[in-house]
Amino acid sequence: MASIALSHLRKTFGKVIAVNDVSLTIADGEFVALLGPSGCGKTTTLRMISGLEMPDSGSIYINGKDVTNLPARLRDVAMVFQDYALYPHMTILENIGYPLKVRGVSKNALTAQVQAVAANLQIDELLMRRPGQLSGGQQQRVAVARAVVHRAQVFLFDEPLSNLDAKLRLEARAFLKHLQREVGITAVYVTHDQAEAMALADKIVVMKEGGIVQVGTPLEIYRYPANTFVASFIGSPPMNLLSCQLDGSQLQVLAGDDTQSIGIERMALPSRLTAGSQFTLGIRPEHIRLKTTPTANSIRGHLYVTQTLGSESLVIVRVGDLLITIRLFQDEAPPLPDVVYLCFETDHLFFYGQDGQVLQ
Amino acid sequence: MRTLLQRIVITVFVVAVATFFITPLLWFIFAPFNPQVSLAVTIPQSPSLANFAEVLGNSLAMRGLLQNSVIIGVGAMVGTSLVAALAAYGLSRGSIPGRSLLIYVLILFSSVVTGTASMVPIFKLIFDLGLINTHTGVILVMIGGLLPSAIFIMQDFVDSVPRSYEEAAMVAGASPLQIFRDVTFPSMRPGVMVVGIWALVNAWGAFLIPFILLRSPELLPASVTFYTFYDPESGMPQIRMVAAYAVLYTLPVILLYLLINWRYGFRFFGGIKQ
Amino acid sequence: MQKAVLSRKLSLLFLTPALVFVALFLVYPFFSIFQMSFTNRALVGANALNPQNVGLQNYMDLFDTQDWMRRGEMGHSLWLTAQFVIGSALIGQAGLGLGIAVAFHNRKGLLRELVFTLAIAAWIMPDVVVAFAWFAYLDPDGTLNQMLQAVGLRPQDWLFDYPLLSIILFNTWRGTAFSMLLFSSALASIPPSYVETADVIGARPWQKFRDILLPLLRGYIATDLILITLWTFNTFTPFLLTGGGPSYRSNIIAIYTYEVGLRFFQFGKASAIAVIVMLINLVLASIYLFISRSRQRQIA
Repeated sequence: MASIALSHLRKTFGKVIAVNDVSLTIADGEFVALLGPSGCGKTTTLRMISGLEMPDSGSIYINGKDVTNLPARLRDVAMVFQDYALYPHMTILENIGYPLKVRGVSKNALTAQVQAVAANLQIDELLMRRPGQLSGGQQQRVAVARAVVHRAQVFLFDEPLSNLDAKLRLEARAFLKHLQREVGITAVYVTHDQAEAMALADKIVVMKEGGIVQVGTPLEIYRYPANTFVASFIGSPPMNLLSCQLDGSQLQVLAGDDTQSIGIERMALPSRLTAGSQFTLGIRPEHIRLKTTPTANSIRGHLYVTQTLGSESLVIVRVGDLLITIRLFQDEAPPLPDVVYLCFETDHLFFYGQDGQVLQ
Repeated sequence: MRTLLQRIVITVFVVAVATFFITPLLWFIFAPFNPQVSLAVTIPQSPSLANFAEVLGNSLAMRGLLQNSVIIGVGAMVGTSLVAALAAYGLSRGSIPGRSLLIYVLILFSSVVTGTASMVPIFKLIFDLGLINTHTGVILVMIGGLLPSAIFIMQDFVDSVPRSYEEAAMVAGASPLQIFRDVTFPSMRPGVMVVGIWALVNAWGAFLIPFILLRSPELLPASVTFYTFYDPESGMPQIRMVAAYAVLYTLPVILLYLLINWRYGFRFFGGIKQ
Repeated sequence: MQKAVLSRKLSLLFLTPALVFVALFLVYPFFSIFQMSFTNRALVGANALNPQNVGLQNYMDLFDTQDWMRRGEMGHSLWLTAQFVIGSALIGQAGLGLGIAVAFHNRKGLLRELVFTLAIAAWIMPDVVVAFAWFAYLDPDGTLNQMLQAVGLRPQDWLFDYPLLSIILFNTWRGTAFSMLLFSSALASIPPSYVETADVIGARPWQKFRDILLPLLRGYIATDLILITLWTFNTFTPFLLTGGGPSYRSNIIAIYTYEVGLRFFQFGKASAIAVIVMLINLVLASIYLFISRSRQRQIA
């Protein structure tokens, strides 16, 4: 049980700045996901919390205690690695029990504790086997068991599901969330999969180029993306982003040689937008309505492709040089003519300035 | 898919190659069991183990095989694999600047300073150290010669052990000593085995180094003892001895090769055998 | 970017034993050869205790224009070595190894196992044993002459009349396995779809070899040629078959160095030979490292 605080962490590798001025607090029992594309510094941040990497500057506190200069083995954290790091020369029992063994736990007590944990994770049948004989999903559970067994203060996960196939990944996601609730332990989870972060975390930390760009609950991040990076990263399919210009009482969608205008009377435009200013308009695919005839404030486009996904379907429409995605909550897209009209739900619009930040 | 002509060409080529490789060894199939052996291939009139009995009765031959070759082979094996394992671990896991350049220079050096080039200074060095005509001298020189390739091979094994193994142990709370004992060394074991057996086979077969560094007949390993049985300059070869001795001397090499092949598969380390 | 597991001090400690060996048996001989090559150092006698600096005298002896192509002299030995390397390494080992690898490409079966096992056996057996096998094989009464007589050809005293040809055949037999294994694993790494595409297009076997396999093997062939040239240039094993004779007719450079340095104990002159050997090695090894590094860079 522990809280974590990171204060102005910075880490460079040669000339590459991996993490730059990262500050974050994680409450006791909270499940936090570090989310971002590869190279954004999320794994380096995790490794600094674990003690495998030492920051160039800044400090790390676990439960209020400064652990910045403590080596990994003295921090009392548990970590699940992307490749699981199960030792091929040890049995599953020995693998799971290794953290206990180095703490000098007696053989009998070690076996008993490992068996209890293994039974809870439903891998007690496998204890005498070796890692090579296990499936990917089983190996993943063993790696988790090894992290659970010594009741560390903090759980660290480094993309633990990325080596599993899609179906197993969904199963493992549910299992991890359930386990974390049950044990109630503080967890930090690194992933590049936004759906995974949304599904698992109490709090998502979106990172980009070594820094934090937004922190919030999954719903906050989804509903109020603070900038175009988060907007385009969260949601599947992601938000449509259209470059626009304000022209008197009209809003021009700049789509190459097919610039079209829509009225702004029902839009809650940010006050900073004045006539002539350029900005980015964001709208999620589920907030666009599709019409076959022109209506007020609609824009015209050409049908590009439709995709049937089972529970929903996607329609992609070409407007000038833009492709706009529309989500329909029906299992099959209706037959559509070549020319269609798009209507934006005006209370679900996002406005981003030219720096990419949301405009209030 | 192949035409008849192609098949004939390939078959003729393959049969010729097989003949080329097998005929020089035919003599060894019959000669060890033929007490009336000559240099011609003949099927023994009365096959017997008399040639082997003669080798077993020759104290120099047996001492060379069972004592001197074993001492030199095991010495070179233990020394080479130990020193190479330490070096490879230090190189792979340490923070040594210019590590790839270091290995580059090492391989370059060992390709340039070959046995042919360095036999005179090495003879002189061992002579000056007072190690001439000792097994210690032979073993040290062999370790020196085998080491660059051994480090190169071993490093491949160490590099293939994921760092997350050691990191997981660190996070689990293991001390550096515990990590080496429980995780690193067991993970390196296949490499230590391969390098050790490779060094043993090389030392077992080596001729030049013991030939120039040893003088007393009772210190000679099997390779040099074998040579004294047929030395072209010493007159008539003792063919009966040679035939049976060759079998006894070669057998361990073949067995070790089969062991490596069965245990690890024949992994191909460009240039492992020189 | 990976974090080091060991500190710099600790990793140097791990390296120390290896560095001592390398210093003693690689670095010291290297410099010692240069230094000795300018002296008249010998093992015994006055020159052993008090070697004189003779400047370039040893080199001038080696390259003496009147004598140097005479039997048993430097030029003659280098000429023999060149023929030996071209015959046994470049033509023999590489050619035969490539032939076997291509002939058995994508094929399994008893014959393949037999040929591979025999070639590997020839490669891993101890020097003295294979040398004696060939000594018996090439003897006037030996297997080769028995076979020749069986098909009605005249027997020969191979080791006496054709010593250079004998050691060329011997070294081809001894070392083909390396090229064979290198080329067959290189061929195995070529995706079958490459050759199948050519099949579908309608290429003939020779065209497939020339247009698909050979270009993909080019890097491996270069590597192989350089390595086996380097090893064959330095091999001492033919000494066990012919001792360099008769009358210096198989006196390749390794045997020549041995004769001068460790039979007649003319350390100075032998070191001058060794300097020449090392220079040639340096050229070969540099080409090899250059090729393999530029190939690594291509992969990365």
